[in-house]
Amino acid sequence: MRGSRLPLRRWALLAFLGLFILFLYGPTITILVLSFQGPDGGLTFPMNGVSMVWFERLFEKQAVGDFAGSLTRSFSLAILVTLATVLIAVTAGFAFRRRFPGSDLLFTLTVASLVIPSILVSLGIGLLFNQAGLDPTWYGSAFGAQLTWTLPFGLLIMFAVFNRFNPAWEEAANDLGASPWQRVRHVVLPIVTPSVIGIALFGFTLSYDEFARTLLTAGSDNTLPLEIFGMTTNVTTPVLYALGTVTTLFSFLLIGLTLLVLRVMVGRRA
Amino acid sequence: MMSRHWSAWLQATPLACVLGVFLLLPMVVLVVVSFYDYDSVQVIPAFVLTNYQEALGSAVTWRIYVNTLRYTLIVWAITVTLGFGVAYVLAFEIRSRTAQTMLFLVCTVPFLTSNIIRMISWIPFLGREGLLNTALQRAGMIDAPLEFLLFSDFAVILAYVHLYTLFMITPIFNAMMRIDRGLIEAAIDGGARFRQVISQVILPLCKPGIAIGSIFVVTMVMGDFITVRFMSGGQSASVGLMISNQISLLQYPAACANAVILLAVVLMMIAAITRIIDIRKEL
Repeated sequence: MRGSRLPLRRWALLAFLGLFILFLYGPTITILVLSFQGPDGGLTFPMNGVSMVWFERLFEKQAVGDFAGSLTRSFSLAILVTLATVLIAVTAGFAFRRRFPGSDLLFTLTVASLVIPSILVSLGIGLLFNQAGLDPTWYGSAFGAQLTWTLPFGLLIMFAVFNRFNPAWEEAANDLGASPWQRVRHVVLPIVTPSVIGIALFGFTLSYDEFARTLLTAGSDNTLPLEIFGMTTNVTTPVLYALGTVTTLFSFLLIGLTLLVLRVMVGRRA
Repeated sequence: MMSRHWSAWLQATPLACVLGVFLLLPMVVLVVVSFYDYDSVQVIPAFVLTNYQEALGSAVTWRIYVNTLRYTLIVWAITVTLGFGVAYVLAFEIRSRTAQTMLFLVCTVPFLTSNIIRMISWIPFLGREGLLNTALQRAGMIDAPLEFLLFSDFAVILAYVHLYTLFMITPIFNAMMRIDRGLIEAAIDGGARFRQVISQVILPLCKPGIAIGSIFVVTMVMGDFITVRFMSGGQSASVGLMISNQISLLQYPAACANAVILLAVVLMMIAAITRIIDIRKEL
């Protein structure tokens, strides 16, 4: 609290935050270290030497599982989901700027999509495809299942933008003779672009790591999280940690790059 | 006016289509199949109530529901306390705007990384020869490794807290950032102590944020199956895990009946939360 008279309390609170962050990241850092375990090392400390052997194993043909194939599928699926999420959430965001008949219903459905347990969505879509005589695939049923998870977040981000959006900017453009398209192109889009990048980041990372909704909808070919989960029961070497390190670093790299782009964009505008 | 609605409808159509096909329709299928019959080899279209009778009439189901509710209550209590505390420090104790944004990101970014990897990463900590047991043994506090650390209720709850606290932090932090700082100054000038400022000013104004976080945490724990399966090592049960086991045994109608019951329970819990706290002004 500003003007707090007790520095001791302030330090205690800051220490609490520090401990929470340690709790949040400690385990991840541990497996990051352990993934450099020596060739004879196990799943726990002590480190038995230092090596890159588990990363090399990861990229070799595995005895169990199909790392390269599942990685390719997850990557392609994440790109599909990102594109669809951005397109659908942004257009829907424009629709929700005004109340329209059915807007309450659609909003309720979107929130429901977020709170209905994932396993129910997964089971429902699996059965729907089954009843319709369609084979579940990662680019069909799993794609749709993941959209039920990414679209609500996308729409909520759009709500956050338009809540802070001043209609006077559009009116000004209108008064100056801008056509509706010019208004969108030169006034609205530049303002919403940073949020659109945020939606894309959410779409990609949530799809890339999605498990529960993909489980019963991906069909015969695994995505990466499904592959990793399969490995937890079969693999008892630090290869598991190497995989964890690679995917986590990839996620952080992506998040970092996105934040950097956003910073540059916002900085250029200011 | 009509043409205005047309453009809004057109813009909303893709969203409505996706949710119609991949959310509404699947839920209808769940309800329909929950009345189907089945034997050991196939699902038989019919209208029977046996799946519900078996689910609700079995003591096992009730025990699993009690266990799931117990997890939910414990995890909710811990995440709301932790989440409120972290959000408070971020919103009121961090003075630099840049540091605030950075620390908020640090506390919430794990949401965008893999849950399964985050669960796996507890193994070297909690295992028999894990960091915690080794440290405790070295310190002479215990003689033999503690068995309950990994593959136990303790591990399940720890993982839930680790995974879901950020769902509390984000909405509570947002609510706190909207609080007029003048209110707090006024309370202090009026002689309020730290405790009173928290309980009389900040907490009431954060209630909608707490409600939103609670909805997230409650629905995620109630429907979870993967954390329980992995962290309890198959020793504990949850409703989601029961459904997932029935799916792997191809007992789809039974799984659907349990799914419909779970959906009803979760929706009732959300209704109860929104009955206590009005969240509409937060949306």
